[in-house]
Amino acid sequence: MKSLYIKITITLIGVASFQISKAQDSDLKKMMNSSFVSVGIASLDRLVQDENQLACSSLKNGQLNIDSKLQSRIEKNNLKSIVYPSDGNYFGKWSEGEKIAQSGKGATWSDKNEDVNGGSCYNCHQLDKKEIAYGNIGPSLYNYGKLRGNSEAVVKYTWAKLYNAKAFNACSAMPRFGHFKLLTENQIRDLMALLLDPQSPVNQ
Amino acid sequence: MLKLVSFAATVLIFSASSIANAQSAADDIAKYREMLADGNPSELYEGAGEELWSKPAGPKAKSLETCDLGLGPGVVDGAFAQLPRYFKDTDRVQDLDSRLVTCMVEIQGVDLNSIMADEFGKGHKKDLEAIVAYVVTHSKGMKINPPMSHPKEKAFYALGQKAFFYRGGPMDFACATCHGSDDKRIRMQDLANISAGGGAQLAWGTWPAYRVSSGEFWTMQRRLADCFRQQRFPAPKFTSDVTIALSVYMAANAKGGIVQTPGLKR
Repeated sequence: MKSLYIKITITLIGVASFQISKAQDSDLKKMMNSSFVSVGIASLDRLVQDENQLACSSLKNGQLNIDSKLQSRIEKNNLKSIVYPSDGNYFGKWSEGEKIAQSGKGATWSDKNEDVNGGSCYNCHQLDKKEIAYGNIGPSLYNYGKLRGNSEAVVKYTWAKLYNAKAFNACSAMPRFGHFKLLTENQIRDLMALLLDPQSPVNQ
Repeated sequence: MLKLVSFAATVLIFSASSIANAQSAADDIAKYREMLADGNPSELYEGAGEELWSKPAGPKAKSLETCDLGLGPGVVDGAFAQLPRYFKDTDRVQDLDSRLVTCMVEIQGVDLNSIMADEFGKGHKKDLEAIVAYVVTHSKGMKINPPMSHPKEKAFYALGQKAFFYRGGPMDFACATCHGSDDKRIRMQDLANISAGGGAQLAWGTWPAYRVSSGEFWTMQRRLADCFRQQRFPAPKFTSDVTIALSVYMAANAKGGIVQTPGLKR
């Protein structure tokens, strides 16, 4: 009870200095639509939210708030839409995967459509322990394969996570790399090898 | 069993040493910042800005010395600490960049479209950025205190909050993806949690800043534009409502913090 009281007090202090008025969704839409301009490949249609993005932007008392039924429906839809490799081959080269993991390039207005995108993996995850410049928005993936083995279930799950991370957590911070074609099937194969190949530096 | 224990111990040592490496790299970055802080190149912009403020310019050949930044015509001291705020003459909530545009257009007769068309660091924007450096320096050490009393200020806060959590684009990113929780990093870069007081004070309190990696002084407008670029969004128009609303959200969350601008960033 005491801790609940403290929590409420802190929340109140956070917003106590003034009354927040409610922003209407129509006002938000008007503001977003009038504030941006297309530059290069980053066109205005990127502001149009799909069901997933909309649900993961909805607030209640200033906190993200998603209805649990909606969340599980979104996750199911994402899972259903995943395309697994047609030839059954899940693995490329870990050395190529490492390059993809290092590169944060792609999809900004200063990039071009024909540029090769990176996976930005080190932005958020630890992988090869020799790379010390890694972020922590996602969990450490060091020893990913060593800890999990490479059963069919692990292989399929890992593919699915790379292809569409929102199949497992609707509001995950991780992009949907396959769904939005940020990475090609071959690039995802290379990342699979980086994560699961026993020879990969991730598993040393 | 022994093998397993020794394997576990090895893993422990390795992870401990990589944490130590990361720590020492972070220390080095902090040391580098400290070294640079003694001679923040923002001072050059500030000097140029002071001249631009008092020198007659534009088609009307007027100085900006009658420009009202919120505390009365010509008052520079402490003005930035109380921005963004609502201005009656424009009937808009404005940040410093936006207010300077108003003054350059209304007082000096500079063409609005040509300010808007210039790239950051060039033409009119280069002048405006220097004046920003001058103005923010005159709030250094003061408390961040945007008024937040006018209905439009409150409405912009609410819109800024919604914009902060707005997910979109091919990577599903919102501002909150990177700046919505404590103790997060991208690579080695610490990320301020702008949704809470402490992080907002750090972020709002240290921008505008001289950005070492680009070798230029950046105002919050330019910083926000680069955030949206990396968010994979289209480009925000200069001084557009979304940039002002996000600035109100940040400044209000930062209330009570200290203005430490111009800052110095990687």
